[in-house]
Amino acid sequence: MALLSDADRQELQKTFAELKQPVKLVFFTQTLNCETCDAAKQILDEVGKISDKLTVEEHDFILEQQAAATYGISRVPAIAVVANGSDPGIRFFGAPMGYEFASLLEAIILVGGAEDADLAETSQQLIGSVKEPVDIKVFVTPT
Amino acid sequence: MRMAVSSDQVKATVVGAAEFPEDVRKYRISGVPKTVVNEKVEILGAVPEEEYVRESLTPFTVTQ
Repeated sequence: MALLSDADRQELQKTFAELKQPVKLVFFTQTLNCETCDAAKQILDEVGKISDKLTVEEHDFILEQQAAATYGISRVPAIAVVANGSDPGIRFFGAPMGYEFASLLEAIILVGGAEDADLAETSQQLIGSVKEPVDIKVFVTPT
Repeated sequence: MRMAVSSDQVKATVVGAAEFPEDVRKYRISGVPKTVVNEKVEILGAVPEEEYVRESLTPFTVTQ
């Protein structure tokens, strides 16, 4: 059974049509000992078929350790949201369901340039004065 | 994520807490969303953008 309804698909088609540059979801999965990898794979397979501007590149976390290291992936399921040759450092750990799916869409829109970050000026100034690498982790649940 | 696309220095990771119980213990997650920045700053719950950016980045910026 498809996870996305026809209405979902149409809505996503419209959203992805706005992407100014192609976006790639680099997906890491493994066959054993990963409860949610199958669900993640199914949703990403469906999402990847919607638009030419969005591709899904699947890697086996166990067999492709080099790729996992390149993207800083330490566990699965994981998704790196990247554009053509640029990686702004957005990662998802866990299956993109519920709230996480909404966040993934937002990441695709931002990385694909369909929308500007549009942060307040004071926020932009602060971001400009960051002097060391900042690693922000946000913990969420599907609901 | 908006911060990550705005800066090469900033990376953003979204973690499904239910799937990684070891993190729930490690970061003492009592509610969501919970933000942890550089293992140092913690923000619990959703807060307005400017406040969120200020709290998460200020310790890591050049003193003005």
